[in-house]
Amino acid sequence: MESVNAKYVSQKISKTRWRPVSHSSLQQPDIFATGSWDNENNKISFWSIGNHGSSDMEDGFEGDPQLLCEHKHDGDVLDLQFLDQDRIVTTSSTGAVTIFRHHQNSETISVSQSWPRVHRYPCDNAPCTGVVCSSPEIVTVGEDGKIIVFRADQEGVVRVIENADSSTIHAVTYLRTTEILTVNSIGQLKLWDFRQQSNSPSQILSLSGDRVPLHCVDRHPNQQHIVATGGQDGMLCVWDVRQGSTPFSLMEAHSAESGVRH
Amino acid sequence: MEELDVEPAITNIPAASDGKHLGFAWGPGDILAYETLYKASSGAKGSGCSFIHEVRKDEDIYSPILRKLFNESHHIFVGLQTIREDLPNKNKKPQFVSISKNYRSVIRACMEELQQVAVSTKDAKVSMQYGNQVSILLAIELIWNLCEVLFIDAAPAGSLLLHLLDWVRLHKADVDEKAREVLQSESPAEHHDYWDVVVSYVLQGRLEEARQMLVKQATLQPAARNMYKLMDTLLTKMPFYNPGGTQTLTEFDVKWRNWHEEVDRCLQDNSFASNRHLEIICRILVGDEDMLLDHKELLGTWYHFLVTRLLFSHPTVKPTELHYYAQSCMTMFLDSRNVPEPLDNILLAAFEFDIHQVIKDCSIALNNWWFVAHLTDLLDHCKLLQSHNLHFGSNLREFLLLEYASGLFTHHSLWQLAVDYFDHCPEFGRVYLELQIERVPLDTERKALKVLRICEQRQMSEQVRSICKIMAMRALRNNRLGSALSWSIRAKDAAFATLISERFLQDYCARGTFSDLDLIDNLGPAMLLSDRLTFLGKYREFHKLYGEKRFSEAAKLLLSLMTAKIAPRSFWMTLLTDALPLLEQKEVIFSADQTHELMFCLEELTSSLNITPGTDGSMQDEDIELTKVELLRLALARNLAMAIVKEGTVET
Repeated sequence: MESVNAKYVSQKISKTRWRPVSHSSLQQPDIFATGSWDNENNKISFWSIGNHGSSDMEDGFEGDPQLLCEHKHDGDVLDLQFLDQDRIVTTSSTGAVTIFRHHQNSETISVSQSWPRVHRYPCDNAPCTGVVCSSPEIVTVGEDGKIIVFRADQEGVVRVIENADSSTIHAVTYLRTTEILTVNSIGQLKLWDFRQQSNSPSQILSLSGDRVPLHCVDRHPNQQHIVATGGQDGMLCVWDVRQGSTPFSLMEAHSAESGVRH
Repeated sequence: MEELDVEPAITNIPAASDGKHLGFAWGPGDILAYETLYKASSGAKGSGCSFIHEVRKDEDIYSPILRKLFNESHHIFVGLQTIREDLPNKNKKPQFVSISKNYRSVIRACMEELQQVAVSTKDAKVSMQYGNQVSILLAIELIWNLCEVLFIDAAPAGSLLLHLLDWVRLHKADVDEKAREVLQSESPAEHHDYWDVVVSYVLQGRLEEARQMLVKQATLQPAARNMYKLMDTLLTKMPFYNPGGTQTLTEFDVKWRNWHEEVDRCLQDNSFASNRHLEIICRILVGDEDMLLDHKELLGTWYHFLVTRLLFSHPTVKPTELHYYAQSCMTMFLDSRNVPEPLDNILLAAFEFDIHQVIKDCSIALNNWWFVAHLTDLLDHCKLLQSHNLHFGSNLREFLLLEYASGLFTHHSLWQLAVDYFDHCPEFGRVYLELQIERVPLDTERKALKVLRICEQRQMSEQVRSICKIMAMRALRNNRLGSALSWSIRAKDAAFATLISERFLQDYCARGTFSDLDLIDNLGPAMLLSDRLTFLGKYREFHKLYGEKRFSEAAKLLLSLMTAKIAPRSFWMTLLTDALPLLEQKEVIFSADQTHELMFCLEELTSSLNITPGTDGSMQDEDIELTKVELLRLALARNLAMAIVKEGTVET
């Protein structure tokens, strides 16, 4: 019988991610990371729900997440992705992208690498809204409409697609190793092919009718051409990028903005 | 409003230098203070300081542990509001009691956590701060518990004393600690605290435990076995009222009096004269006030004294009689040297069933409206507050909730809780919310969307428009025209959409190409929001048709843009210039009628241009304009000729 555990953590959490487990082990993941937002001091934290630590845990506390370690974060954590077992990438509302390393033996977190203010306007910072990675490559998108490609362990940025979008890009996902898909606040999905040098998308798909902003996107785990998006009106759309520029399935999922994760 | 009878507290601003005049401005919950140029001593001007100091009234909402208190009590509050109104009060009482217990358990949980941190931290300042918060929370829980017993549960005589006993036992935890220490020692009966523990048990009415302790002493003194047996009998026979049983209060009273007489007889007979400790216990059982007062350190507080005294002299006390005893007990306990503290006055007011006084005193004593707001709300639901209209038209409950929620709104993160509080204030809640929600700082789109969602759910269209305009202006300033347009579409703000379209068109005129084609090409039905926007969309469509070489459709579109008056007058020249290549084509695109209309438009344009004296612009500009008009006239004439010929020709 499944049970739901709730725990108050005294901060607003914006994103959580399970730490990836290696394919050879058949365990369920037991460590997850959270990023906070809208606090005076934001932080990222690692939690464990395994039976670590003391064996004299009181009854009723099984499955309660235990805080392992946390680290201060500058600005709201808008998105979070694990790069590999130890490193996690975060994007901030100050436009910075940071890689944190989780040292498991000492249960501490340290900043491994950071690119401050990569997303910005001429005179202001722009929040960086989404990140996706396939080690060692990292792709981020922001409210300034830029797509930026980094490599972990390299100082500068590898590639910038300026003015990729005239409105805010809300989310990004990998379609293939050289192709990404972004969604923006005027309801369009744009396909970008990194093998091409031009700064324009290779394909644009959108829903005919109202320009509902799309907030999140994710790819089908097994079929690379099927993607799902979540919109501002709570509508879940499933698209086939190979054919048609309209979704083949629409579902009324929520009454408000939603997030999509497979 | 009444005058406060306490001196206001003084807060020092450490960073401000001496002798400077400070200016200030009120905020919703804070004061901003700044140094002015004037020196206090002389009127001469000094150098200014570039700092602004923010003085916060309420530190507690920024404490991470207390935050849990606010969140969980918010949850309980919302649940309370949804209790159905139509049930009779009798059925709702257990619900209210359980809600009150929920609130108290939340307070206790917070207290424990604060205590843990206060004990384990190495920072002395933090430890002291948390220690203070723990004692405040203790006091709050004490008051709340008493209010629950007296007001919400409203126990009648008989049960009242039992509840008060529970109340006292809950708040005097050191007895158990001492008892544990004694029992864990080698020979408990010879421990120096042994008799203290026994007497404390008796004072709290825990006679069973007292008897168990006495057994240990009895085994050590076989000679006095009879005395201990007698004491044991007395302790066993003391009657306690059973609310669920069949015994009525009068029957209990009779039984109790009989027992009381028996104890008195034992005292008169000097049965316990040889053992000082047993004599003390016997005197306590008979309700001897002087003996009780002798044990002030064990009692600790005057309200413990009150409850013990009632237990052993008037166990059938009625709620209405409480305040006589309370007042006299407080006077007896606190001799002339001790001044009653605010907590004592609050408890006394509670015993007197003066709810308003309790609330008023708590509001003054605490720096945060949390406690009074939630307690008043609960009491109001129990229909215990008379509708007491305050000067500003709302009642007490609403006033306190509004104050509390306004304080929450100043917090960068807890503002979301405050929204629910405002929702449940029927008179002024909406107005407050409308004013406050516009002032939430919006750093990211995500936060703006959350705020907008709150406004849209409550049909606050003014605020929606205002927030969208803020976001759109910000986007515009950063040259993100697409974002700006999507914000103004969400707000259905036609005026702003017009502004943005103007920017687009200006860009086009300056550079010759459109920026952000992905946006303009995909406007969809949003195009109809404003005329200018429609024009922009249609104009882009014209360019697309031209690019696809669908000339006749392009021509028709172009003409309709001018004749339907969608295009602004300032753009007509550009449109006519765009028409030139269509006119110059080999085949006739514009029909005769269409050409006539174009000519009409040109005449309208030139006549209006001629009216205004062309003082601005150099001679060169005027020349260009004239040349353009000339070219157009020529092209139109030629086209007209060809069109007439073409239309007049009969195909054979």
